[in-house]
Amino acid sequence: MVSAPAVEQERRAREAAARVPDPELPMLTLADLGVLRGVRVEPGGAVVAELTPTYSGCPAMAEMRADVAARLRAAGFARVEVRTVLDPPWSTDLITAEGRRKLAAHGIAPPGPAPRRTGGPVPLVLGATRHAVECPRCGSADTEETSHFSATACKSLWRCCACREPFEHVKEL
Amino acid sequence: MSPAPETPGTSQAAVTPEPPESPAAPGSSPAAGTDHVYLSLAEEHDDDSGRWAFGTGFTDPLHGVDTAVPPGVDGAALASLCLELADDALVQAQRLAEWCTRAPELEEEVALANIGLDLLGQARLLYARCGRADGTDRGEDAYAYFRDPADFRNVTLAELPNGDFAFSIVRLLVLSTWRLAVLHRLTGAQDPVLAAVAAKAVPELTYHRQYAAQWAVRLGDGTEESHRRMRAALAQVAPYLPEVFASSPADGAAVRAETVSVLEQVLAEAELAGALPVPDEPGSADGREGRHTAHLAPLLAELQQVARAHPEATW
Ligand SMILES: [Zn+2]
Repeated sequence: MVSAPAVEQERRAREAAARVPDPELPMLTLADLGVLRGVRVEPGGAVVAELTPTYSGCPAMAEMRADVAARLRAAGFARVEVRTVLDPPWSTDLITAEGRRKLAAHGIAPPGPAPRRTGGPVPLVLGATRHAVECPRCGSADTEETSHFSATACKSLWRCCACREPFEHVKEL
Repeated sequence: MSPAPETPGTSQAAVTPEPPESPAAPGSSPAAGTDHVYLSLAEEHDDDSGRWAFGTGFTDPLHGVDTAVPPGVDGAALASLCLELADDALVQAQRLAEWCTRAPELEEEVALANIGLDLLGQARLLYARCGRADGTDRGEDAYAYFRDPADFRNVTLAELPNGDFAFSIVRLLVLSTWRLAVLHRLTGAQDPVLAAVAAKAVPELTYHRQYAAQWAVRLGDGTEESHRRMRAALAQVAPYLPEVFASSPADGAAVRAETVSVLEQVLAEAELAGALPVPDEPGSADGREGRHTAHLAPLLAELQQVARAHPEATW
């Protein structure tokens, strides 16, 4: 370990941390989800991993931190620190292509592009402005939202009008 | 408060918490390793900070964030602003949670609980910021569980009982519209931690306001009964508006103008134009100065009961 080049150590640390599954969307790793901001090995040998919460009230942050620390220790790193990073805030745009593929494969419609805002007050749009979300089972675009909130903060509930199946959708943030 | 390297625990918790039962979502299979996620948590917190049965308060939500108050930022002013916004959020979250098992439909129950959870998360971050800014280094639990009603700085609108669904929707509409206008401006705060907390909250509040606005339109432009209930709810909320506007932390006039304009937009769409008279005079800042209605004390008594009964308990 001590003799291994720093670059190699950092690569191993990053791999170990990147494999940790998300507690609420266990088909995704923290890297797929875009919440693992960085992993580095400091000159003294301590590993510093940076995590960003999805939502302010994400109840899984503590679990994520504990699991990243445990995986890094299991990978042979004795000194591990997991830091919270708030800025810039997490967005569903940070979910990787691989993460989106896994979501769809598990019957969860991946998010579209997050709303981009420029300056000025946040506009309130009333009425039907809903973008099409494709049914992850049959691919139909004839779907409707049944509830904007679901079992976890990051998902909304939808129904497919073609195959009649309900499904979840990771909503744009 | 300074981040310490995490090392394997050496002591053994008296009782190791059981991992909660978590049925897999349909069509998903738990990935390898998820089964011990909660055990990792238990192992990490087998010291005196292991009070995780209180809620999610088992870690500092700003763990690892540089929380030094930058030069030029008035720590006391920053602390009182964070405290006001945190208390609004905590008290609102508690009222929203009361809808669990009482909402008209399961979907609404889940929605209201999710909104409460977002607000609770915002409160935690803001309490943590407050503890550093006011120089006391208190943790979030000290603010949430060990202050008395007169120490709370939330607006009194937040603490009123839930009333019927229409009242809760109107209150959520007013408070989420105001809070979004405030936090949107605070994304440019001089304090980088507050700015980051605000930036995180803005998209969440956008969803809260959207939810309340859609319900307001659906009820106002719905049946005779739902319209009547909305009218009654607006009349109940109106007297509390001056207090909300009295306390706009920064850029009060612009916050007020934006809030009023959004409310008017929603009420026009809801066939309720003019049903929420907006006062010209700023009101007295009752809640912001610790003067509360009789409703806050029982709310806090319930919230604080377990923590106060067992102040140093560990699980
Ligand atoms: Zn379908």
